[in-house]
Amino acid sequence: MADGDAAVARRGGPPGEPRTVAYLYIAPALLVFGAFLLWPILHAVWLSFYDWDGLTLGTWAGLDNYRQVLTDPELRAPFAHALVLVVFFAALPVTIGLALAGLMSRSALPGLAVFRTVLFLPQVIAMVVVGIAWSAIYAPDGALNDSLSALGLDGLARAWLGDEVFALPAVGMVGTWVGTGLCVVLFLAGLSKVPRELYEAARLDGAGPVREFLAVGLPALRGEIAVAATLTVIAALRTFDLVYVMTSGGPGGRTRVPSYEVYDRAFQQGQVGSAAAIAVLLTIVIMALTVAINRFADRGAT
Amino acid sequence: MTPSLARWFARSAAASVLVLAASACAPGSESEEVTETSASDVETDVSAMGDLTLTVWDQEVRGGQNEQIEALNEKFMQTYPNVTIERVSRSFEDLNKTLRLAITSNDAPDVVQANNGRSIMGAFVEAGQLRSLDGYSDVYGWEERFTEEIRALASYSDDGVTFGDGSLYGVPQTGELVGVWYSQSRLDDLGIEAPQTTAEFEDALAAAAEGGETPIQFGNKEGWPGIHDFGFVQNQFVPADQIRDLGFGVEGASWTSAENEQAAETIAGWAEQGYFTDGFNGLDYDPAWQAFAEGEGAFLVAGTWLLADLTDAMGDDLRFMLPPVGATGELAVTGGTGLPFAITASSEQADAAAAYLDFITSPEAMVGIGEAGNLPVYGAGSLPADGATADVLDAWATAGEQAAIVPYLDYATPDFYDLLTAQVQDLLAGSQPPDDFLATLEEEYTAFTSSGG
Repeated sequence: MADGDAAVARRGGPPGEPRTVAYLYIAPALLVFGAFLLWPILHAVWLSFYDWDGLTLGTWAGLDNYRQVLTDPELRAPFAHALVLVVFFAALPVTIGLALAGLMSRSALPGLAVFRTVLFLPQVIAMVVVGIAWSAIYAPDGALNDSLSALGLDGLARAWLGDEVFALPAVGMVGTWVGTGLCVVLFLAGLSKVPRELYEAARLDGAGPVREFLAVGLPALRGEIAVAATLTVIAALRTFDLVYVMTSGGPGGRTRVPSYEVYDRAFQQGQVGSAAAIAVLLTIVIMALTVAINRFADRGAT
Repeated sequence: MTPSLARWFARSAAASVLVLAASACAPGSESEEVTETSASDVETDVSAMGDLTLTVWDQEVRGGQNEQIEALNEKFMQTYPNVTIERVSRSFEDLNKTLRLAITSNDAPDVVQANNGRSIMGAFVEAGQLRSLDGYSDVYGWEERFTEEIRALASYSDDGVTFGDGSLYGVPQTGELVGVWYSQSRLDDLGIEAPQTTAEFEDALAAAAEGGETPIQFGNKEGWPGIHDFGFVQNQFVPADQIRDLGFGVEGASWTSAENEQAAETIAGWAEQGYFTDGFNGLDYDPAWQAFAEGEGAFLVAGTWLLADLTDAMGDDLRFMLPPVGATGELAVTGGTGLPFAITASSEQADAAAAYLDFITSPEAMVGIGEAGNLPVYGAGSLPADGATADVLDAWATAGEQAAIVPYLDYATPDFYDLLTAQVQDLLAGSQPPDDFLATLEEEYTAFTSSGG
């Protein structure tokens, strides 16, 4: 900004032009944000360059912690698990949410509000409670296995959370259960603002219900889909409580996720530097995905 | 965020990190030299020390534990009216998480209960945060009070590298063993006697399976119960000295020995034959022992800490025994102590703290500890008891006399807990053959021990 411009801005300038005094207005919030978010993040970045056990003097490790996370299969696995969880926490809820919202917005079912509430309910419950409840359902003699054997499907019954193949999907399905309600409610809100005339026009052009949803409803939901995807992807990547409560990372480390790894290293094993490096990488992955999702949504909007 | 603002943030973040790094201020503080009071300087007369406050952090929060420590604190303050004990009690998990911060703070507690393993007590010793108790041990005669196996569990070299040897850093109040719980009536129904040898035990397992009973009740979702059950089998095949070396992370000890191979193959075989509860890797520890208490399962391999809960549910039918004796021909049993009480290096009233440690581990204290339903670390044999309580007290006395106690296997290295829990889950699920199981453990073990800790 050239000096002349600044002078103009100080004298008042055109309405809407940012003024220096604005910094004064945001100062209180910025200070709190800085003290409780920016500073801790920088501190974590700083710690990630050290080999530190939390007690004795740390030694400079440079990028070693990062190199280890990227090369050690034991440390890469949690990131792979997190990506699997993205499918269950984000892809499935958004898809199911779209289908349900499409159905629910078309039909004038009595008690629609009740369905909406019931679907949204999992969002209201603390994740720890959700984890404990689902652990009971997945237990060897839990509700899921009981239902399977009642249907004569004993062969499918197993110790879900102790199964090397199904433990991670089992945790993931809980995320689907929790996330779907949020998506449905978001999408219903988005659909309600689509003018009736558009649907009528589509119908006059001979579109069936599916075609009608794809041509009218879906494009109108682009913004909502971006919001839902952002929220659910973040929920997937930062998952800790479900894993901590349901599996402790087992069996054989097959449900360990980055957040759990951070906790385990920092508080159990005394490898604070390595934990910080994982946390920093996880933050970068989350930010990158968030930016990507929003880019995608913005491009469609213009 | 506009691109220019984002760039500004990125630049200032990078700059701040560079400044922090360049200022060369590493996190943490320099390790301090070992703090020790030599025997000649020890002051034992607490009443002459003037008014003082001892801050004690413990995790004796459960029923019988809380009862005994409260009684002892009260008694100590009555005996020495000039002392006030400020007690901070937390659950085991909370204590482990907060102790690191507390012990390095300016007003650290005087006495802390620190878990024996490398990641807690070992790390504190390495950082010079705990006081060597050797001088006090000489004055108070703790070498006679606690057996060598018990002292080893709280002994470290002064640099924290060697575990199981060196200076004494803590004294425990209670003991614990991992043995076999069984129901007399259920064994009678199956027509089997309490097995004394590995061969008899395997026969009993087969008989139970044939009789439609779950041979060993087992819930391993958390992973750590697997350490106990594997250790129980290892006790029967691997000589106690070898297990002790492996537990303490001694260089040269090997996981791939023929004896360990036998142990791994045996327990994997048991799992394959369905001797453990169905779906054990998906079953929690608590529901498993509760199922045993309610009548399911011939045996339960678990610790003496279940005594009170199981007795409540099963009464006189409950029995406890040491692991059967196997190929080694000698008794070995995984066990240890309750969390040892240690004195912080920064405590300014270490003499009073030591007198407190002596007081809460005295023979009189042991009687109260036993009466409150705990397993006292010594003097167990002389307590009046019946039923399973008598079994447990006898077992502890026998294990002590025969020097049969071996440490928990996850003590070996800081990462061993995670590795061993995951590996045992895989071994028992059949997804990791015994050879690979042992090779994986060996790799981590030798990498740690050969690096000198």
